[in-house]
Amino acid sequence: MSFWLIQSLNSLALGGVLFTLAAGFSLIFGLMRIANLSHGAYFMLGAYVGLSVITHGHGFFVALLAAGLAVGALGAVVERLILRRLAGNSLGQVLATLGIAFIIADFSLWVWGGDPQPVDAPAFLAGSTQLFGLVFPLYRVGVVGFAILLAISLWLLLDKTRLGMMIRASVDDMQMARGIGIAASRLFTIVFCLGTALAGIGGVIAAPILSVYPGMDSDMLPLALVVVILGGLGSLAGAFIGSFVIGFIYSFGQALFPDLAYIILFLPMVVILALRPRGLFGRIAA
Amino acid sequence: MKYWTMKRALLIVFIALLAILPWLTGSDYYTNLASQVLIAALFALSLNLLVGYAGLTSLGHAGFLGLAAYSSAWLMLNLQWDHASAGAAALAGSTVVAALFGLIALRASGISFLMITLALGQILWGIAYRWAGVTGGDNGLSGISRPHPFGLDLGPASHFYYFTLLVFLLVWLLIALWVRSPFGASIRGTRDQPRRMSALGFNVWLIRWITFTVSGFFGAVAGLMYVYYQQFISPHSLALANSAEMLLMVIAGGPATLAGPVVGAALVVLLKNIASGYIDRWIMLLGFVFLFIVLFVPNGIVPGIAKLRQQCRNKERS
Repeated sequence: MSFWLIQSLNSLALGGVLFTLAAGFSLIFGLMRIANLSHGAYFMLGAYVGLSVITHGHGFFVALLAAGLAVGALGAVVERLILRRLAGNSLGQVLATLGIAFIIADFSLWVWGGDPQPVDAPAFLAGSTQLFGLVFPLYRVGVVGFAILLAISLWLLLDKTRLGMMIRASVDDMQMARGIGIAASRLFTIVFCLGTALAGIGGVIAAPILSVYPGMDSDMLPLALVVVILGGLGSLAGAFIGSFVIGFIYSFGQALFPDLAYIILFLPMVVILALRPRGLFGRIAA
Repeated sequence: MKYWTMKRALLIVFIALLAILPWLTGSDYYTNLASQVLIAALFALSLNLLVGYAGLTSLGHAGFLGLAAYSSAWLMLNLQWDHASAGAAALAGSTVVAALFGLIALRASGISFLMITLALGQILWGIAYRWAGVTGGDNGLSGISRPHPFGLDLGPASHFYYFTLLVFLLVWLLIALWVRSPFGASIRGTRDQPRRMSALGFNVWLIRWITFTVSGFFGAVAGLMYVYYQQFISPHSLALANSAEMLLMVIAGGPATLAGPVVGAALVVLLKNIASGYIDRWIMLLGFVFLFIVLFVPNGIVPGIAKLRQQCRNKERS
């Protein structure tokens, strides 16, 4: 019984991490139709920036803020200087983002070295809590809370604000949106910046659970892909459900069949694709 | 000289140069480098069937290389099969897996196809990395010997080079015949006008699936040559970076041409070998090369040169 409860919490926490990663990915894909293959790299870069901020004696929240700002700014620059020139050329976008992923990965290896580095949970979430006579690490509960908070704020942003309205209009019909005076190019920069900032923040959130290591970019990118393929490309609700489904499958897979966890992970994607190629919440087959 | 005869003359000169290359270089290092270029070119040619001719960009193609390499190596090392039967079984097995992967990946096209092939490629990588009992995990499999076709020893660099050249020319010829056949025309049709093709009564899905499977088969051929050359295989060879490198060869050289992937393979392999002599940051350099190609030579080198020639000729006429 305790095994199932603890694994369930681990699954939820991993799901929360995956959601911060996949939400940005889904947002960028939904609006710009860019399969941003550097998304895993932004996640890792965020984790490393957070690590540096924390080792310099600043707190966890400063690290979150710094990672979000730094990675978001980088995303904005990349969008303005590179992706902008490749509008409508999806193969070019894929190659360019892959190139950027390689540059960030090698840069991180250069600056932060090749050893995995642990990150401590923030002080107020450091301990563990007793529930039903079982010991739960408090940080993982915090991550689940953060994911829910993030989902609500993104939903509010998209549904209740002017910016969200413009984003939704552009997702539905780009030409019409431009026609009624929405500055789509500025919107692209904002959304790409927001998406990469979320990836960077996700990296810091994940750091106390996964630690920070080279290769976490290419470990996490396929997970983000599976989440959005499962949930439906460009759908936030799909990303939310998909993240927790994958979180559960991966955590339990790892605990029950450690050798095969990686394969088990891709099975739901294969099944979903066979039954419903556009994913659970996807609207159009891209 | 007419354009066609010129092209043929160039091809004959090129093949002649390849044939005397070990004498020209006179060193094992460069002969081995040439073998590496040819193996990479084999691989790029097979990927180009998908990317260039069918318009389906795959990011999991290194998986087929790994599948063929691992399975032939495992059969030889653990069951003591000879090279011919292990190679044949590896090719057959990889082709079957390619056919199965095709069933899954071709549920989608475009960006989704790319994401699914990436995920499938990562599964193969994950198996190679985690299923340590069979694959040796991170250490890979080593101690693989080179075959002895007709009693010939392929140990020396030049012998192996000629063997590779022979396989390369054979695959080149097969792929050239394939893409120029009526079926090849229908493949390009599904790339440019899938709806029209389907309205004309072609089975677009079937054409794509056959192309995917054939491309997987040739990828497996390249995998066999790769493992014979390296005499070693590890999960590293299946990694995303490797699939991306192959894709770069195709895009840099020029998709949907026969010469493009070969030029791209030569460029990437030579660049890698030269660069690794001077700097450690090959991956970073690879990233910048990607950006450079995408931003400045988006159609590839071979079509770029062809366009330049065309412009020169137009100038002469006017």
